[in-house]
Order: sequence, then C-alpha cells, then structure tokens
Amino acid sequence: MLFEHLSLNIFPGDIVQIEGANGSGKTSLLRILAGLSQPYEGQVYFKDQLISQDQELFYQNLLFLGHLPGVKDEMSAQENLEFNLALHGLDKKAAEATLNSVNLLGFEDTLASQLSAGQHRRIALAKLWQSQAPIWILDEPFTAIDKLGVTKLEQLFLQHANKGGCVILTTHQDLSFDDDRIKKITLAYQFY
Amino acid sequence: MNNTPSLSYKAAFLLIIKRDLTIAFRHRDDILNPLLFFVIVVTLFPLGIGPESTTLSRIAPGIIWVAALLSTLLSLDRLFKSDHNDGSLEQMLLSPHPVFILVLGKIIAHWLLTGLPLILVAPLLAVLLHLNENSYGALMLTLLLGTPVLSLLGAIGVALTVGIKKGGVLLSLLVLPLYIPVLIFATSAIDTAAMNLPYSGQLAIIAALLFGSLTLAPFAVSAALKVSTN
Amino acid sequence: MWKWLHPYANPEVSFHFTGKLMPWFSVLAAIFLSVGLVWALVFAPADYQQGESFRIFYIHVPAAMFSMSIYFAMAIAAFCSLVWQLKLSDAAASAMAPVGATFTAIALITGAAWGKPMWGTWWIWDARLTSELILLFLYLGVMALHNAFEDKNVAGKAAGILTLVGSINLPIIKYSVEWWNTLHQGATVSKLGKPSMTAEMFWPFLICFLGFAFLISTIICIRFRTELLSRNSMRPWVKKLLLSPEKLVPSSLSGDK
Repeated sequence: MLFEHLSLNIFPGDIVQIEGANGSGKTSLLRILAGLSQPYEGQVYFKDQLISQDQELFYQNLLFLGHLPGVKDEMSAQENLEFNLALHGLDKKAAEATLNSVNLLGFEDTLASQLSAGQHRRIALAKLWQSQAPIWILDEPFTAIDKLGVTKLEQLFLQHANKGGCVILTTHQDLSFDDDRIKKITLAYQFY
Repeated sequence: MNNTPSLSYKAAFLLIIKRDLTIAFRHRDDILNPLLFFVIVVTLFPLGIGPESTTLSRIAPGIIWVAALLSTLLSLDRLFKSDHNDGSLEQMLLSPHPVFILVLGKIIAHWLLTGLPLILVAPLLAVLLHLNENSYGALMLTLLLGTPVLSLLGAIGVALTVGIKKGGVLLSLLVLPLYIPVLIFATSAIDTAAMNLPYSGQLAIIAALLFGSLTLAPFAVSAALKVSTN
Repeated sequence: MWKWLHPYANPEVSFHFTGKLMPWFSVLAAIFLSVGLVWALVFAPADYQQGESFRIFYIHVPAAMFSMSIYFAMAIAAFCSLVWQLKLSDAAASAMAPVGATFTAIALITGAAWGKPMWGTWWIWDARLTSELILLFLYLGVMALHNAFEDKNVAGKAAGILTLVGSINLPIIKYSVEWWNTLHQGATVSKLGKPSMTAEMFWPFLICFLGFAFLISTIICIRFRTELLSRNSMRPWVKKLLLSPEKLVPSSLSGDK
C-alpha cells in the first residue's frame, strides 16, 4: 500500500507539487487523479462530479503527461505533434508554429527514431502551448530538458495558473517560484 | 491563441486510421510477415498429408481458414503493443474523443493491413489446394465477412494482455475458442458451395457475428484497455 | 427490493455469513453424495441397451450441467464486479473458476469413460463433448489471465471482462458446434444424450445432483472465504480473526508480519 487517508482539494490558479522519495507513489497519485489508475478505495471529483460519471467532460478539461512521451518513432516530429493536437481536439495547423516554441525548428520532418530522448519529450510538451484544458497533470515534465527549457516551462506554468488553470506536477528539481505560489504535498514512507 | 477543441466522431475515426496506416507502411515487415506465414502454413499441408488432389480439395476450406486464423493471431500483437510501450495508448485513453471510436478505427486499420491482404492472396492458395471450382465465391465472401470478426474479437484478447510480459502465448488460449463459430460456419459455407447448394444461411450467420462484434467488441476492448493501463 | 442484499457487499459480513452456511453444506453434501452415489452405482437398474457402463451417466450429466452453470455464475459475479465495483464479486469469481474447470474436466473424463464401451474409442467429437472441451479452454483462459497479473484488483477486472465475453460467446459456440455435428454425422448416431428417464433413474439422479450441488457450494465457500481473507489481510477484522485461535484459519496466514 502506497498511501492512505489522502484528501486534497485543488482550485483554479493552484500550482501543486507532489514530493516524495522514489517509489513513494507520486506517479500513482497523478495517475489516479487523471483517472488512469483506480485507487483501492476513494474517489476523484471534478466540479463536484465523479470523474467516471462524465469522462468525456473531464478529459476535455485535462491534459496529462506521463513518464512515456507518447511519440511514435515511425512518424516525424511534426506528424507526431499534429496527431497529438488532433487527438486532443486541437487545430493541427498550429503544429509547425508550436515546434518553434520548443526549439525543434528545423526538425519538423525528421523521423522521431532519429531524435534524442530530450527531443521526444519536447514534442510531448509542445501541446502545452496549444492546450485549452484548465487542468494540467504532469509527471516529471523537466526530464531531459535543459536549463533554458526549464525556465520557459516554469513561465508557461505560471501563466497558465494565473489565467485560472491549475498545474499538478512532480519533479525532483527545485521550482523557482515563490514559496507561497506553490502548494506542496509530501508523500512519505511510514515505517510500522 | 484561439484553439477551440473540435470533436467530430468522423474526424477522430479517420485520424486514427490514417495514423495507423502511415505507421504500418513505414514498417512494412509487419504487413508482410503474417501474409508469408499464411502462405507457408498452407503449403505445409500438402507436404504433411500428401499431394493427392481429392484429399486436398476435401480439406482445403479448413486449411485456408485455420491458416487465416493463425496468421491473424500472429499479427494482432502489433495492434496495441507499440502504443502501450511508448505512451501513445495512454494519451488515446485520455483523449476527449470517445475511446470506442478510436478503438474501432485501430481495429479497422488492422483489418485493412491484415485481413484484406489475406483475402487477396486466398484464391492463389485455393488453387494450390485444388479447391473445388464452385467454392471460390464462397471462399471470398466468407473471408470478407469473417476476417473483420477475427480482428474485432482478437482485439479484445490483445487489449487484455497488452500489459503482460509474454502475453502473446496467453493470447492464443484466449482468442482461439472465440474464433470457433466463425470457423465452423465459414468452412461449412464453402463445403456447401462445392455441392452447388445455396450457402446464404451460413453467410447470414457470419454477417450477424460481424455486426454483433462490430457493435459490442469495441466496448469490451475499451474496458480491457483501461484495465491494462491501470 | 434488493436492499436486503446490501450488507453482504461488506467482506466481513459475507465472510461470517458463508462461515455459518458452510457446515450445513458440507454435511448435506456428505449425506446426499454417499446415498446418491451408492444408489446410482450399485442399486439402480442397468440400462437396457448400454449395460452397467451406463451408470457413469449419474456423474457425467451433473458434472456437465454444473460446469456450465458455474461459468454463468462467474459471469454474473464478473458483471457485478464491473458494474458496481464490488470487490467481493471478484473474490467470488476467482473462487469459482477452478471448481468449474475441475467439473468440466470431470465431465470430459467421465464422458470419455462412458464412450469407450459404447463406441470403442476414448474420444468422439460429438456436440456435447466438443462443447465441454471448448468450455475447458475458456475456463483455463480465464484462470491463466487472472494469474498473469500481480495486482489482484486488476487481475479480477481483466478476468471479469474475459468471462463476460466468453459467456456471450458460449451460447454461440454451443450452437455452432451442435450444428457442425449434425453436418458431419456418421452412420452411427453418437449422442451422449439423456435417455428418457424412468422413475427408477430419476431419484438417484436427483440425489446425486443435489449432492454435487452441496459439494460445490462447500468448496466454493471455502475458497471464497480464503480469498476474502487474503485480499483483506490488512483490515482490522482479519487481524482480529488471526489472533483468536478458535477461528478456522489456514496455517499459512498466521504468524505473518
């Protein structure tokens, strides 16, 4: 069992960081919030409704990035992004411009099999710039991203939260926000 | 940036088919290997049983159909494995589009890449097995109606086993019993055609199986995928 | 209308309820089976056409009937588990599966034993035996799928989906196998069908049937309670049970920390 008696409320404008040692259940918690994993007991509510009751509505309002980037080796960077955008109901045509925001200009037609892990992650992150979903759940979004990229992402998260969205993330890095801007939740082992 | 989500079912359906076909064409082995398997398995039978033409033509419908079942089984792994491994499956489950539509699109793309080539190659194999001349029409029709059922039912099995290591072995145990009705009615139709009798009854049953699985299988597949990505 | 069932969704309540039922089931099973089997195998009249080997009918037919009904009971449990998220149903389904598989195997073996004196071969592809064989594969598939997952909740859901899919297909498979059998009927009609039952056959049959029913219920109760204990091992009520020596607890569970 990873955690019990966990109860939290997340409001528009919140930036929530889930902390904990490796294996303490951070990824599991994020997946439960996103509705991907079922908790043994307990419910997740969105706008006072169980997320299972109107899943399509919840997913219209959610953007989730997990450990795996969801990038197909056989498609080019642009094709991957176009598919990702369309999958979330967003306009495909914005793909090319968005690749610029993640520093992949010039790599649009390169097959993902020839791109690095960091570049895969950037393709996955690119849809953040187009997303209309208020809720962002991100598992280790800064993996394989350089310092400049991290700063850019942090600015994006702040912007998103200020517009009324919320960001729930896990990361090993220290976020450069003011302490009162972030809510921290620490999952810790309890030894019996 | 004004990028309001648009959620047309038809658009989502075509999107996923186009994507799967694109990926498959860049990975042509995945299409050719099951097809070659189909041909090779069929050629093994005369070698194992003897080239006697009356024997072969008596068992030809069964051989072709069993070989079709087995090569579909071989190709099913491709349906969800790669997407599961790189995280694309997760993203599909989290999409605002209904999973039913996306799943149906993937299965149809799978049939286009697996079932359709089987149907096109089958007449050639029928010649090799001395299939009765009157049976060719029945062979094509049963394959046309039956191979989508194989893809649909097989998808349920793959969806259940995609998260299991070495799930491929388990897949045959799960899926082959479900294939038995299609096998029985298809081979019976072909045999009946050989005797110059009407076989529309058997075709109607296969068609019923097709429409039944077309409406029900995607739900089972979606539920199974949600369980597998838990 | 179903409100009286609600308390039983609690594992602890069901555990104690089945605990009360079990002694009854086991005693009734012992009585009915000993009476029924002796009556059927020794005292009931031999069949006019088939002779003494007919007696295996009294075991084969109940086994076949139960192999099917247990599968449908599993399907109902799977449905409850998937629709109402009852973890109890998962435990019930996984308790029933091996029992059903065993009775399917019994039906197959007794069917073969019945067939040997009749047709001279150990196996024949008649509709009933072929359907039983496919049913065995369905059972084994569900059990294998369940075993392949580490997390028992996920395993239960996956096995549940497979059971439901199988239960929808089962009538279709049975129908298609029967139809297939009529196509390829040889000159000898080879059916393990129920002959028209006389009163002398009916009573031992019924008693054997009920005996098997109680036996199956006993075994399923034992398995169900074990499943409940192992799935709820972290709950306080289980810990309390383990500490009180007078309760019936499998030895592998005690002394574990």
